[in-house]
Amino acid sequence: MTNAIEIQGLVKSYGDVHAVRGIDLAIAEGEIFGFLGANGAGKTTTIEILEGFRQRTAGEVRVLGQDPATAPLSWREELGIVLQESEVEGELTALEALTLQAAYYARPRNSEEVLELVGLTESGGQRTNKLSGGQKRRLDLALALMGNPKLIFLDEPTTGFDPSARREAWEMIANLRSLGCTVLLTTHYMDEAQYLADRIAVINAGKIVAEGTASELADQVAVTPRITWKADDSVQVPEGFGAFREIESMIIETNDIVEVVHALTGWAKEQAVDLVDLDIVRPTLEDTFLQLTGGS
Amino acid sequence: MRWVGQLTNRVKFDLLMFRRNPAAAFFTVVLPLIFLLLFTSIFGNDTLSTGAKVATFYVPGILGLSVVSSTMVNLAMTTTTRRERGILKRVRATPLPPWVFVASQIVVATLITALMTVLVVGIGRVIFGVSLQLSAFPTLIITLLISTGAFCALGLALSTIIPSENAAPAVTNAIALPLYFVSDVFIVSENTPRFIEILGGIFPVRHLVEALQPAFNPFVEGTPMAWGHWAVIAAWGAFGLIVAVTRFRWAPR
Repeated sequence: MTNAIEIQGLVKSYGDVHAVRGIDLAIAEGEIFGFLGANGAGKTTTIEILEGFRQRTAGEVRVLGQDPATAPLSWREELGIVLQESEVEGELTALEALTLQAAYYARPRNSEEVLELVGLTESGGQRTNKLSGGQKRRLDLALALMGNPKLIFLDEPTTGFDPSARREAWEMIANLRSLGCTVLLTTHYMDEAQYLADRIAVINAGKIVAEGTASELADQVAVTPRITWKADDSVQVPEGFGAFREIESMIIETNDIVEVVHALTGWAKEQAVDLVDLDIVRPTLEDTFLQLTGGS
Repeated sequence: MRWVGQLTNRVKFDLLMFRRNPAAAFFTVVLPLIFLLLFTSIFGNDTLSTGAKVATFYVPGILGLSVVSSTMVNLAMTTTTRRERGILKRVRATPLPPWVFVASQIVVATLITALMTVLVVGIGRVIFGVSLQLSAFPTLIITLLISTGAFCALGLALSTIIPSENAAPAVTNAIALPLYFVSDVFIVSENTPRFIEILGGIFPVRHLVEALQPAFNPFVEGTPMAWGHWAVIAAWGAFGLIVAVTRFRWAPR
């Protein structure tokens, strides 16, 4: 299988500021790849280098076999790019905007088909400045699909969405798989990367700190489950459990849940202490992400 | 020759967008015509010492203003707005050759200039009796061609120094309005102070207006060649072109 994207030793510096500090990555054709990182981690810088919008400081980059820095315009025939912030001319209807976009490509898709693909058929005749936020994002994707691309870049496709709009957008992006496109998406939501991507690379401070499927990532960082209960200052601290107080809760971190819970309830019964809201909290993907990116 | 189809299509949609943008249509098409009607109605029947009616100066004056607003003002505003809204960047993400996009903007500005020329000359003739002098017609056409190109270049150049969408009308008007006042557009006077004459002479707008005047001057003889004016306008156009080519940005700031 050939790779749609190959990156070796990618570096981007602005003077003394090093936005990207040595990234190696290969994304296979047909793969949906998630580029996960906090704001300012270097996601957008990297994706804009791949899109040919920024020049790299060092390293080798191949996107669909071409170096984006020197690729001819025809290279863009096979790319679909959804930018983070870009509007559509508000004087045009959604369908007109797609028809205008179609004329840029040698082998465009049918604009009405694409409108249907993103679920905008009903709004095709509306001026783009009258569309809702979610509809605008659909139109962004529709525009990127007009050239029938092999590779699609999605830069933070759901940032600023409410939960239901995010769900809708996810389904739409998941549908891209059926078109056989390779997709590179950036996001700062772990759940989004998990839901959409076959593989994920976590980027922090310009470097990839972990790479693999969502479950592989969770295995790479051992976040310990917690036993918690409600406890203000008046509540007794059990001895010998390694318990500690955090805000209004008592916390015990352990991998041996059955044993510890057994001992803890025994202690509570003995001391006649009520374990209010006793709970076992397993590490979430978000915790994994925070651990990987060194956040707190 | 794929660019022919791409350019034709882009021009078609750019014209459609211009028609659907009420602000652009008002400031570019309607406002100059209001100026023409008002100024010429109020002062048009005054007579200068040469015996020429002031109306014969207002028609080329407002025509000059129309050229500047259809090209420089229009391009500076739309280009800045589209850049800041990410529309230009999206175009750059496609295989459309960048020059085709820019060419479409220039074609549209030229078509609007042509429309304004017909309207201004027509209103001048029908309402104010200012005739187009056929012998000076070539002078008019050459002047319009040179200045359309030059002021388009200046508009694109201007967009490169405007930082934001909000600043676009302010910066553009702050440059265009004073120029109109020192360039015989609104005020036709025989005793303009010397420094205003010199100031107006530095910039291209008065050269444009003065190069247009013979075409409406009833005393004109033959086909005058406004080499001096054309040279100044072309020089400004070349300056604008250099700034535009070296500083043009597709991405928002």
